Amino acid sequence: MNIKTFIDQLAVELEIDKPESLSPDTSFREMDDWSSMHALILIAFVDAEYNVTLTGDDLRRATTVQDLYDIVSAKIAV
Amino acid sequence: MSIFTTYHVAVRGISAAVPQQQVSNRDYEWISPSEREMLIKTTGIELRRVAAPDVATSDMGLAAAEALLVAADWDKESIDVLIWVSQSPDYHLPATAIILQNRLQLPKSCMAFDLNLGCSGYVYGLSVMTSLLQSGQLKRGILIVGDKSTSGLSYRDKSTYPLFGDCCTATLLEFSPDAPPIYFNMQSDGSGKDAIIIPDGGIRNPLSDITFVEAEYAEGIVRHRKNLWLDGMAVFNFALREVVPNANALMSYIGTTINDYDYFVFHQANKLMNESIRKKLKLPVEKVPYTLADYGNTSSASIPLTIVARLREAVQTQSVRMVCAAFGVGLSWGSVALQTDAIVCPPIVEI
Repeated sequence: MNIKTFIDQLAVELEIDKPESLSPDTSFREMDDWSSMHALILIAFVDAEYNVTLTGDDLRRATTVQDLYDIVSAKIAV
Repeated sequence: MSIFTTYHVAVRGISAAVPQQQVSNRDYEWISPSEREMLIKTTGIELRRVAAPDVATSDMGLAAAEALLVAADWDKESIDVLIWVSQSPDYHLPATAIILQNRLQLPKSCMAFDLNLGCSGYVYGLSVMTSLLQSGQLKRGILIVGDKSTSGLSYRDKSTYPLFGDCCTATLLEFSPDAPPIYFNMQSDGSGKDAIIIPDGGIRNPLSDITFVEAEYAEGIVRHRKNLWLDGMAVFNFALREVVPNANALMSYIGTTINDYDYFVFHQANKLMNESIRKKLKLPVEKVPYTLADYGNTSSASIPLTIVARLREAVQTQSVRMVCAAFGVGLSWGSVALQTDAIVCPPIVEI
């Protein structure tokens, strides 16, 4: 797993119109039309792809895509 | 461990009743049009049935039961037990099952009681009913299961309002020495009690001055303490974590695999959740029927409603092997593996 792959997968799962606009620094909640539905899609994606559980607290702790990646990476390492 | 088998009980019929009034999430103006589209796409819920204020869950249950008893040609005098499974009873007391005994004109020799369960209720109801009937001392039972979930919702809560629809169902079960066994795997986790809750109105938090004070809990979520509160992410993670191991443990207990079943009927929670479960179990789409698009999340009624709406032709004419898995408020979950054989299944009743 690396952040480039993670971002590419995220862009597909979240159906981002301009994938190139997504970077490690992107504040994902500030993307257009971000809603609680996107949070559920994120949870389902990380569960299916990495077998990792993202909790509501995890998501609240994360601001950027890099934060998300770090949380998922840490959980895979355990 | 609550993995067990009940014997000698046959499912004879299943029916469902819904309100006529249909509401579309495309008209849900509390959220923006683009958020509505996203909601419909992710949850799979477009239309929902909503009962009028003067219609109780038990009115739908009565209609479903009457239609089924006529279709099955059962003498009401022959019914020994009525079980009502719901979290939207007529009253705090008396129990709705007893009111229905009278409204259905069942004999006074019929035992009747309520089970207070939500989304997991159909599987739990089947486990209790088949346990009562399997010794052959009681011969016939009617299981009435459903909710008027829309009665507890806040229109200004986007995390609950667009998800739920109203429905009540009836199932006839009968002692039958030749019936195939029915297998159950039932579980509970009360540490998740706050994930889906109506906080006020019970003995813990009686109705008070603050009960009906509305507050904005989060963006798009305005509710009071007699509304249904739903922690979507907690419930989502619970279902992702628990449903698949529960169903796999059931099949391993029986000694079967997914290939031994014609259908897997899941509680209809939302499409993203249910599809995640389907993919984890590696089930082909044609084995997993849905009613989310037309009826939304119908609580404990969702499994029997989905059987009536989607599998009616098959269950009426053939022998059908299915696993049903239900999960939700409590937290409570369970699965059942059963085989039906040309059961009575009248069309959905609209009231």
